[in-house]
Amino acid sequence: MLPRKADELLKRIEAQPLLPEPFEKWFAARGWTPRAHQLELLAKAEAGRSALLIAPTGAGKTLAGFLPTLVELSKERAAAKKGAKKLVSTGRGIRRDGGLHTLYISPLKALAVDIARNLETPVTEMGLPIRLETRTGDTPVSKRQRQRRDPPDILLTTPEQLALLLASADSPFLFGSLKRVVLDELHSLVTSKRGDLLSLGMARLFRLAPQLTTVGLSATVAEPEDLCRFLVPQPVEGQAQADLVIAAGGAKPDVSMLDTKEHLPWAGHGARHALDEIYDLLKRHKTTLLFVNTRSQAERLFQDLWRINDDTLAIALHHGSLDVAQRRKVEDAMTAGKLRAVVCTSSLDLGVDWGDVDLVINVGAPKGSSRLLQRIGRANHRLDEPSKAVLIPANRFEVLECHAALGAVADNAQDTPPARTGALDVLAQHVLGCAVGEPFHSDELFEEIRTTSPYAVLTRKDFDDVVDFVATGGYALKAYERFAKIRIGQDGRWRITHPRIAQRYRMNVGTIVEADMLKVRLVRSRGGKTAIPRGGRVLGQLEEYFIETLAVGDTFVFAGEVLRYETLVEDEVYVSRATDEDPKVPSYEGGKFPLSTYLAARVRDLVADPKAWHALPEQVREWLEIQQWRSLLPKAGDLLVETFPRGSKHYLVCYPFEGRLAHQTLGMLLTRRLERARLRPLGFVANEYALAVWSLGDVGQAIDTGKLSLAELFDQDMLGDDLEAWLAESALMKRTFRTCAIIAGLIERRFPGEEKSRRQVTISTDLVYDVLRKHQPDHLLLRAARADAATGLLDIRRLGTMLARIKGRIIHKPLDRVSPLAVPVMLEIGREPVSGEASESLLAEAADELVKEAMG
Amino acid sequence: MKTSEVSAETATVRQFGGEIRIAGVTLVADCGGALYWPEEGILVVADLHLEKGSSFAKRGVFLPPYDTAATLARLGQLIARYAPRCVIALGDNFHDGGGADRLQGGDRDNIRALQRGHDWVWITGNHDPEPAEGIGGFFPAALAIGALTFRHEPTAKAWNGEIAGHLHPVARVTQRGRTVSRRCFATNGKQAVMPAFGAYTGGLNIRHPAFVEVFGGIAFTAHMLGDGRLYAFTAKRCMSD
Repeated sequence: MLPRKADELLKRIEAQPLLPEPFEKWFAARGWTPRAHQLELLAKAEAGRSALLIAPTGAGKTLAGFLPTLVELSKERAAAKKGAKKLVSTGRGIRRDGGLHTLYISPLKALAVDIARNLETPVTEMGLPIRLETRTGDTPVSKRQRQRRDPPDILLTTPEQLALLLASADSPFLFGSLKRVVLDELHSLVTSKRGDLLSLGMARLFRLAPQLTTVGLSATVAEPEDLCRFLVPQPVEGQAQADLVIAAGGAKPDVSMLDTKEHLPWAGHGARHALDEIYDLLKRHKTTLLFVNTRSQAERLFQDLWRINDDTLAIALHHGSLDVAQRRKVEDAMTAGKLRAVVCTSSLDLGVDWGDVDLVINVGAPKGSSRLLQRIGRANHRLDEPSKAVLIPANRFEVLECHAALGAVADNAQDTPPARTGALDVLAQHVLGCAVGEPFHSDELFEEIRTTSPYAVLTRKDFDDVVDFVATGGYALKAYERFAKIRIGQDGRWRITHPRIAQRYRMNVGTIVEADMLKVRLVRSRGGKTAIPRGGRVLGQLEEYFIETLAVGDTFVFAGEVLRYETLVEDEVYVSRATDEDPKVPSYEGGKFPLSTYLAARVRDLVADPKAWHALPEQVREWLEIQQWRSLLPKAGDLLVETFPRGSKHYLVCYPFEGRLAHQTLGMLLTRRLERARLRPLGFVANEYALAVWSLGDVGQAIDTGKLSLAELFDQDMLGDDLEAWLAESALMKRTFRTCAIIAGLIERRFPGEEKSRRQVTISTDLVYDVLRKHQPDHLLLRAARADAATGLLDIRRLGTMLARIKGRIIHKPLDRVSPLAVPVMLEIGREPVSGEASESLLAEAADELVKEAMG
Repeated sequence: MKTSEVSAETATVRQFGGEIRIAGVTLVADCGGALYWPEEGILVVADLHLEKGSSFAKRGVFLPPYDTAATLARLGQLIARYAPRCVIALGDNFHDGGGADRLQGGDRDNIRALQRGHDWVWITGNHDPEPAEGIGGFFPAALAIGALTFRHEPTAKAWNGEIAGHLHPVARVTQRGRTVSRRCFATNGKQAVMPAFGAYTGGLNIRHPAFVEVFGGIAFTAHMLGDGRLYAFTAKRCMSD
C-alpha cells in the first residue's frame, strides 16, 4: 500500500503550481508557509475542478478559498500590462476582458463585510491590482447601479442578493465573465430553504458562465458527498461531485462536563444551581462565550450573572431579537477585546472570528454533536492549540445528554441533517425571478433546474404546477387567466405581464420569513391614568404571537431586564421597567432545536446500560438505580410507558427521546385517540425526552383490562386520518402554511413602517388555508406546507420513524405513584403552557368561570 | 303557538347557537354567524364580501378563487336550517362594485337557487353602494321591520332596534396563557353589530374605539361564535389587540 500512496503524493506535489513570487514573498514575510489544503485548492483550480474544502476553524479556510482567484487575477493583470486588449472576440461575438471574476456568498451579511476587510490585507500588501467590493441590503443604490455597469473583480454577497442580481436583464453581461463562486459556511446554507434558493441561482450562473467552477468551504459534516453534489451541475443520468479536500484536523478539543458540588435540579434549563461555578470559570479565563439554547434562557442567565457580578466583569448579551445596533455594539466590543464574556444563542454559532476567546461554555443541553463541535470551535482560533469547552447540564436528563455528547465529541461524530429535497415554494419564487430576468422557455428552465442537487428529482408535473401557480395561482378553477402575472408568448417563452410584477418580486425575494415582529419600546410606566409618553428607546423585537398572550401589567424578561407590558400602539409594544424580580410570564419561544436523532440514540443506549453509569455523577447514578428498582429502565430499542394515578387524575408517561417537537405532535395525536377511547384526556406536556398525558379516565386500568391496547394507541396509522384531522386546526400547521405562502409569493411580506396601510389590504392566511384545504387539498402550497411539516415545527417524519421503531416493543409498567424518571417531565406541568386543550374547551372554561363568579 | 313548535324551536336554539334580545325582540344568534327572527321568518347575514378573492387577483394576489362558493355554501346551510321567508344581506355583499360582474357561472347560478322561494334583500354597503345587476333581490339602503331597523353601518349613539354589520367584530379572550380569538355578535340589548359572514373577511377587535363610539361606552357584550354554542363575555373581560 505504501508505495502507491507515496506515488500519489509525489504526483500531487508535481502537479502543484508554484505560488507566484509576490505570494511566496508575502507568506514568507509573515513567517508562514502555505498549508497543504491551500495548495491543493490551487491545484484543483488549475485543473479546472470544483472542490469542497472541509476544515476546522483557524485553518486558513477563507484564504484557501480565495487564493486561486488572487493568483489568477494577478497573473492576468501582469499579462494585461503587456498590452492585451479590453475586448476579446469569442468567435460568436465580443466579450469584455476582465469583468466579474469571483463571487463570494456567505450566509451572513456581517461575515461578507468582515471577509472583505480581511482580504484587503493581502491584496494591499502584495500590491495586487484587484478590486473587491461587498453588496448587501445596506449597499447604497448608487453603488449598486455602478456595480452592475462596472463590476469589481471580486464581489462578496449573500444568497438573496444573488437572486436579485440574476433577476435582471443585464445578468448575462454581469456574470458572463464569472470564473469562480466561493460558498462560505456551506454546511449551514444547505440545510435550509436558503440553500434551495442558492442552488437555483447557481444553476443559472452555470448556464450564463459555462466555464465556472465552485469552491465550497465547510465545517465537518456527516455526509460531505451531499455538499460535493451541491457544488456542481447534476447530469441527467447519475450524479456528479466536486472534489473533496479535507484539511488536517487541529488539536483535539479539551471538553469536560462540570462536576457540580451542588444539588442537580430535576428540571428546568437555567442551570441556576451552577451559577457560582460558572462565574468562577469566567473569572479564570480571558474571554468566554456562553452558549444557551433559547433567547429566554440567555436573558435569564445574563440577569443571574449580573446579580452576582461582584467583580463587575464586562458581561454582554447577544441574541437575534435584540436591536441590530445593540448587537453590533456587542460584536465591536468583542473584537476590541473589551469583553470578558458574552451570553449568546445560536446567533453567534457562525460568524466573525474572535481569536481571543479561550473558553466556550455550553449551558443546558448540547442537542447535537455537530452543533456542539461548531460551538466549541468558536474558542481559540489557533489550530495547534486545543479549544477548551465546559458543558453545564441544567438538569438530570441533560447530564445524560452531555455525557453522550462528550462521547460523540471524542469520536468526532457528526449529526448534521441530511440533504434537502428542494422546496416547491422556493421554486415558485425562483421561476418568477427567471421571468423577471429574461423570458424563459419551460423545457429549458426545467432542464436547468434539474441540474441542481436539491431539485434533481423534480418531476415535470411539479414543475408545470409551479409555473401555473406563478402565472395564475395554480387553481383547478381557472378564474384568474386575465390577471396572469406571467404569460407565454408566440415565441414559446414566458414573460412578465407588467413591470410592476418585477418591482414586487424584488420586494419579496428571500426565504427567511420571520414571524410577525413588533418593536419593543421602553417607556415610563403610566402608573396612574395619564397617557403614555411616546418615543422611548427601542429594545428589540418580539413575536406578535407572544405579545398576543400578554395582558396589560404582565411582566416578562427581555433585553436583560424585567419589563411590564403597558400597551400596543400600532405596531409597537410599549413596556416599562418592572420592579419585581420574578417575571410573571415565564418564557417565550425562539431557537428551540430538537435533540438530534444521533444523540438521542446515544442517550437511550446509556440509560439501557448500567455498566456505563460509572462515569456519571453520583446523584444521577442513584436516580437511575432507584428508577430501576421502582419501575424499570427500558432496553435501548424499547419504549417504556408508565401509568399511575396522582391527585384525582391518571397519568401516562412515555420516553421516546425524540425531541420536544415530535413529542408535541405525538401528544396531540394521543389525546385525540384517548378522547375516542372515552378516557377523557385533559392535557399533556412534552420535553426533549418524555411526554406526559393526563386524563380523568384510568388509562392504566384500561390497558390492564384490555380495553385499551397500547400497540393500537401507538400504531403508525395515527399519522393518517388523525393527523389530517388535527392539521386542519393546528396553529403550527397554519404558521407553516403562511411561511410557504409568503415565500411562494401568494401574499406579500409586511414591512415595518407600512404596517398600518398594509393591514387593511393583507388577508389572514388562516382563512386562505381553511378555504384551500376544503376546495383544493392537493394545491401546490398545501403540498409545500405538508413537506415542511414533516421536518419542521411538527417533526412528523421523526415521529413516524419512532413509531416504526417501537412497534412490538412497548413495555407497559403500571405504578401506584410517579417514578423517578417521570419527575422531570411532571415538573414541566405548570412551567410550560399546557397543550392539547382545544380552544373550544378553553372558551367554555372561561365562560363558565364567569357564571360561577356570578352565582357566588 | 303550539307546545311542540316551541320545544322544536328551543332545540334549534340549543343546537345551533343562543338567543339574544334586541329592543324587546328575541332573535336566534346562530353560531354560523347569522341572526334569525322566528316571528317574522327573517334570516340576516352581514358582510358577505363575495368575490373578495377576485378583487385581490386584479392586483396580482391570487387568493384561492373559492371564497364565493364557500360563503354561499354556508349561507345555503343556514337557509336550509331555518327555511326563512326573507333573507337580508346587510351590505358589503360584494367586496367591490365590480364583484357581481366577476361572478363565476356556477356561483351566479347558486345565488339564484338560494333566492328561490323567499324574498331577498341586498342592503347596500360602502364597498358596493350601487345596486348590482342581474343578481335578483331588492337594494334598499336600510330596512325597518317592526321594532328593528336593518342597515349596513351602525349609527353612533344608541339607536334602539338597530341591526348592523360593517365593523366585523372579533373578540379575544385569554385563558391559561393562551389566547382565543373569534368572530362575535356585539350587543348592548338595544342594538347589535353582526359578525362578518364572508370566507375571507378579517375582523376588528371589539375593544377598538369604533365600538365605543357605537355603543357609547364599553357596556356591551360579545357573543363569541363557538362550535355549536355561543360564549358570552362582557367587553371589559375581552382583551384589546
